[in-house]
Amino acid sequence: MSENQIYDTGVCALEDIRYDEFLIYKKPPTLTDNPMHYCPGCGHGVVHKIFMEVIHEMGLQGETIGVTPVGCSVFAYHYLNVDMQEAAHGRACAVATGIKRTMPDKIVFTYQGDGDLAAIGTAETIHACNRGENFLIIFINNGIYGMTSGQMAPTTLPGMYSTTSPYGRDVKTQGHPFKITDLVASLPGTAYVTRQSVHKTTNVRKCKKALEKAIKYQQQGLGTCLVEVVSNCPSNWKMTPLESNKYIDDAMIPFYPLGDLKVPEGK
Amino acid sequence: MSEIKLMKGNEALAEAMIRAGCDAYFGYPITPQSEVLEYLSAEVPLRNTGMVVLQAESEVAAINMLYGAGGCGKRVMTTSSSPGISLMQEGLSYMAGAEIPALLCNINRGGPGLGTIQPSQGDYNQATKGGGHGDYHLIVLAPSSVQEMVDFVKLGFELAEKYRNPCMILADGAIGQMMEKVELFDQMPRKTEFPDWVTQGKPKDNERRILTSLFIQSEEMEQVNLRLQKKYDEIRKNELRFETINTEDAEYIFTGYGLGARICRKTMEIGREKGYKIGLVRPISLFPFPYHVYEEFAPKVNGILDVEMNAGQMVYDVKLAVEGKTRVEFYGRMGGMIPSPDDILAYFEEKFIRGGK
Repeated sequence: MSENQIYDTGVCALEDIRYDEFLIYKKPPTLTDNPMHYCPGCGHGVVHKIFMEVIHEMGLQGETIGVTPVGCSVFAYHYLNVDMQEAAHGRACAVATGIKRTMPDKIVFTYQGDGDLAAIGTAETIHACNRGENFLIIFINNGIYGMTSGQMAPTTLPGMYSTTSPYGRDVKTQGHPFKITDLVASLPGTAYVTRQSVHKTTNVRKCKKALEKAIKYQQQGLGTCLVEVVSNCPSNWKMTPLESNKYIDDAMIPFYPLGDLKVPEGK
Repeated sequence: MSEIKLMKGNEALAEAMIRAGCDAYFGYPITPQSEVLEYLSAEVPLRNTGMVVLQAESEVAAINMLYGAGGCGKRVMTTSSSPGISLMQEGLSYMAGAEIPALLCNINRGGPGLGTIQPSQGDYNQATKGGGHGDYHLIVLAPSSVQEMVDFVKLGFELAEKYRNPCMILADGAIGQMMEKVELFDQMPRKTEFPDWVTQGKPKDNERRILTSLFIQSEEMEQVNLRLQKKYDEIRKNELRFETINTEDAEYIFTGYGLGARICRKTMEIGREKGYKIGLVRPISLFPFPYHVYEEFAPKVNGILDVEMNAGQMVYDVKLAVEGKTRVEFYGRMGGMIPSPDDILAYFEEKFIRGGK
C-alpha cells in the first residue's frame, strides 16, 4: 500500500486536503496563520481559539480592539487577527478604559495572566471593575509566572512549588493565594463574573459560551465582565500536559471552584 | 472671534484643552494643578464637545488611559505635578516606544520626594532627557505666561500628532497658580479623520493594526531605535523655538526658561538702567534645545548667566552649546524659593562686574 492509499478516506486523497472545499474543521479567520509559541499542552492556544471563534461568529472582527498584557500572552497580537494594543505590565485595564471611553461603540477586551492582573495590575483591575468599565477581562489563572519561567504568582496555591517558593508556598510568610475574581464579583460595577476552564472538551464548550455571553452583555452596556480561566503550565509545573490537566482537577479547581460568581439580573 | 479673559494658569490650560478639540482628559488630583481636573469636572465638556473627563485611580492609570485612547487616534491630555509625573514615566516610555501621541503638562513643584507644593524647575532633566527607561525624548515646551499655557495646548497637540510622540508642557506652580489676561482661541471641532495606524477596529480589506513597544529581536529593536532617533533629529531640525531680547548690543546674556526667564527679563531691565548691556535668551522648546543660539553668542559676549529654580540643570545644555568659548555662571534657588531680580543682579555684579573680566 502506498502512503497515499493509507490516508485515502474515500472522500479525498492526501494531496487534496489542502483545498478548502475538503476541510470540515478549520480555524476562524480571526486567528492569523502564525504558529503559536505556547508550550505543548498550554491552555492559551485553546482560549485564543474559542474567543476568536466567538468574535468571528458574532461578526465583530472589525469592531474589536484588544489589549495584551506582559506575560506568556504578551505576543497574543501575533495570533489574534483584530486591532491590538500592547500594554505595560499590569496596565491593561487602564489602557482598555482609555479605549472604551473614547470608542464606546467598539468591543474592547483585555487578555491577562494572574501576575499581570492580580499582582502588579491589582489597582487598575479593581478600579476598572469598580467603575463598571464596559469591557471584557479574560483572566488566565495558572498559578505561576510562566514567561519568566516559574516564579510564585499571587494565585500560587498554598504549598505549591515555584522557583521563588522552592519549599512550597508558605502562606505565613508569602501570603495567601489571591481570589481576585471573588473580590471583583462583590463590586457593583461588574455585570458578569465567572470562572471556567479549558482542560476538558466539555469545559472548553462552557468557556466559549461564557465568552459569548460576556460579549453580548458588553453590547448591552451592562458593565465589566470578567471570565477567569483556570489553566495549566506544564513547563513550569514540571508536568506532562496530561499530568497538568489532572492537577487542575485535583488541586486548582478545589481551591478555585468553577462556575458563575455573578450574573446580570434576569439573565 | 477670540475671547479675552482674566484666568488662572491651570484654568486657562483646561479651557484651552476643551477649545483645542480634545477628546479625553484623564487625571489624578495633585497640588498645585488640581484646578485643571476641577475646572473640567465643573464644565462637563461632554455636553458640548463630547470630550471625556475621567478622574483616574492614580497617575499610573491616567497615563495608561492616555495610551489606550491615544492609540485610537484620539486627542488626549493629562496634567500632574512632579511626584505624579514621576509615576507616569513608565507609561511615557511605552508611549514613546509605541509612538502614541498625547499631551501632558507638568506643573513642576519642589522635590525630591514629596517635596513642597511651591514652584520649582527641578524636573528639567527628567522632562528633556527622557525621564523613563530607554532612548527616547518627549517634545518639551516651556511657557512663561498664562497666555503661553493656552497657546501651547494647541501647539502641543499639533506637534504630538505630527510626530506621533508624547509632548510635555513644562510649567511650574507659579505659572499654574497666577492670574493673567489671556486671549482664548475659538472652539475647534474634535477630530473626525484619523491616520491609518490607529486601532479603531480592523479595516475589512486591510491588515490589523498592532501598537507595541516590544521588539524582542535585537536587530529589529535597533532598527526601531534608529527610526526613533531619526524622528528626534527631524524634531531638532524643525521645531526649535526660542526668544531673544536686547541681544544686538549685548555684552552679557541672561538665560532661563519659563518663570526663570520672566524673572531674568525683569533683572535685565533693571541692569540696563544701571548701564549693563544685558540681553536675554529664552528657550521655548526645551527639547529640542536651541543650542545654536548660545553657540552664536558665545564668541561675542563676556559671559552668560543662567538662572533656574533648581540646582542647575539647563546650565549643562548651555555649557555644552558654548563649548568653553565664554564664561557660564549659574544662579539658582531650590525648594520652592523664587529668585528675586535684586538677588540675581547682585550675583551678576559679583561674578561679572567686580570679580570678572
